[in-house]
Amino acid sequence: MRKPAVYFGVAVFYALHQDFWLWRDARPLIFGFLPAGLFYHAAYMAASSLLLWGLVAFGWPSHLEKTATRRE
Amino acid sequence: MIPALVVFAYLGVVLCVGVLAFRTAAGPSNAEEYFLAGRSLGPTVFLLSLFGANMTAFSILGASGHAFANGIVTFGLMASSSALIIPLCLFVIGTRLWALGRRNGFMTTVQMFRDRWDCGHIGTVIFAVQAALLVPYIVIAVMGAGTTLRTVSDGLVPYWLGGAVASLVVMGYVFLGGMRGTAWVNAIQSVLFLLFGAIAVAVVGSGMGGFREAVEAMLAAPSTAPLLTRERISPLYFFSYTFIPLSSIAFPHIGIFCLTARRLGHFRKTIVLYPLCMLAIWLPSVFLGVVANQARNIPAISEKIEARAALSAPGADLRNDERDRLRAQAAGDDVILRLVQGYAPLWIFALLGAAVMAAVMASDSQILALSTMFTEDVFTFYEGKRHFGEAAQVRTGRIFIVLFTLIAYLIALRAPQSIFELATQYAFAGYAALTPLLVAALFWKGSTKWGALASTVWTAAAVLGVAVLQAAVPAPPPGGAVPILSAGGIEVIVRGAAGTTVLGFLPVVPMTLMSALLMVVVSKCTAASRPGPATLARYFELSSLERAVSTARARTGADSRITAGAKTREGLWPTI
Repeated sequence: MRKPAVYFGVAVFYALHQDFWLWRDARPLIFGFLPAGLFYHAAYMAASSLLLWGLVAFGWPSHLEKTATRRE
Repeated sequence: MIPALVVFAYLGVVLCVGVLAFRTAAGPSNAEEYFLAGRSLGPTVFLLSLFGANMTAFSILGASGHAFANGIVTFGLMASSSALIIPLCLFVIGTRLWALGRRNGFMTTVQMFRDRWDCGHIGTVIFAVQAALLVPYIVIAVMGAGTTLRTVSDGLVPYWLGGAVASLVVMGYVFLGGMRGTAWVNAIQSVLFLLFGAIAVAVVGSGMGGFREAVEAMLAAPSTAPLLTRERISPLYFFSYTFIPLSSIAFPHIGIFCLTARRLGHFRKTIVLYPLCMLAIWLPSVFLGVVANQARNIPAISEKIEARAALSAPGADLRNDERDRLRAQAAGDDVILRLVQGYAPLWIFALLGAAVMAAVMASDSQILALSTMFTEDVFTFYEGKRHFGEAAQVRTGRIFIVLFTLIAYLIALRAPQSIFELATQYAFAGYAALTPLLVAALFWKGSTKWGALASTVWTAAAVLGVAVLQAAVPAPPPGGAVPILSAGGIEVIVRGAAGTTVLGFLPVVPMTLMSALLMVVVSKCTAASRPGPATLARYFELSSLERAVSTARARTGADSRITAGAKTREGLWPTI
């Protein structure tokens, strides 16, 4: 259940990169100087890290390590 | 001159790192030690070195220069899409490359392709295309080094000398330290990048009297307000850029870096922290590039803004040479250097020079990758190692590094820069179009060597085609567009100021999709040339039917390799 949720999250995240709703307006200025579109993509990167943490935590291909080290 | 001395001191430090790596190496004549650091990099060095290998001069100079001319859109185009897709590629493809390399002793992706598809010379074709796409990066790094040293020394260090010194240093530590030296230097470079961003923002913000006023002033001016939105960029163009980061995992030096981790678990930290490292470098670079438009009190920046205004003035009828001169004057690659030079104390500017030099010198891993590919995919494949031994293989790699660096330096001295800027632009699209090879090799049992060849040849032809087209049809003035091919009232291929588009997309989109399509169609048409079950068993879990076929063929002697292979190797992958 966790794995499909993370994969679904990846697909949703890919779609969220196309933030057409912030295309033409710089306001509101976050912290008084960061245009909304720039802040959105900075936050997107931070959120990507969280998503990737989920992927690593719940979808880690640990079988690869087992099969690879078997040769050693 | 002080900034130049700091840069020279930095070059001395990285050379010492190469010597240290040489002394630490387990065996100077051991190929796996030299080319892959003995597959023994720890988690922190693996993260920083892989990240450093991906961050080139474009991450600081290119990002801020692009943002200076195009605004905040630069961040969404290159940074945020890469922050998701590059770690995903490391997760999906990089981890599998690591396991295969460890299990089968692969040192390059071409070795894996040759094994996966039971092919020889087709692997050589893939090597040739990969190598050809990598060369411009190395040449442009020499150019960047020459330009940076000339800028930070105020012209005291000429271009040819700066390029020569940087080439010698890179050659020195790659020659001596191999992958271990390269990884350590990349780790130092990454730390420098990460420190640089925060310092530069603080210093420039203070110098400009705060960013709030600068941004409000930009919003109030019709010429600069669009730089704080994305209204000048079409959504299709923006979407196209999500294909570019696919190129990262197909770059040979990144693929080879994936083989250097001591444990699979070292990928975890790299995958999770990669977006945050990118954020720390790209956000300052892009933001400073954008607000540089408000730094008109710095003469060099003011001249750039005036040149850009002259270029885009409505009704401006400029001669070609005048337009080229204005374009060169408006180019923003050094804008962050000028900004920091204008607002920061000398020592900060000197540190910036070292950080920029570190970014420029990311070519080290590319030179080493080319050397590894040449020795493994050509020298060893064509029996050189069997005839002359492993020590000769490492010597060949080192000789290749010296010769190649020399050739790259000579080209950099003579070549017009624009050619290599374009070539670098095409390389991203080219490597993205090669990604279907990796996906098919690792996840699709039905792929064949002929499918791989079709994708590779298509990629080479498409890159060449776009290059020829852009050379034949000069870029129109900013905002202009020249239709090249129309059908049924629809403009199919258009030459714009920022490049060529196909149905509104960047060429990377049709190139990658067509490459994937060719892989599927040609593989299906040549299903008879699929590798035997023994080969497939090294990559996939086979069904009971496939195993039965394998056994039957082995009994009848149809494929003598199968018996040995089936006994000694087990399937690595779940069937996908």
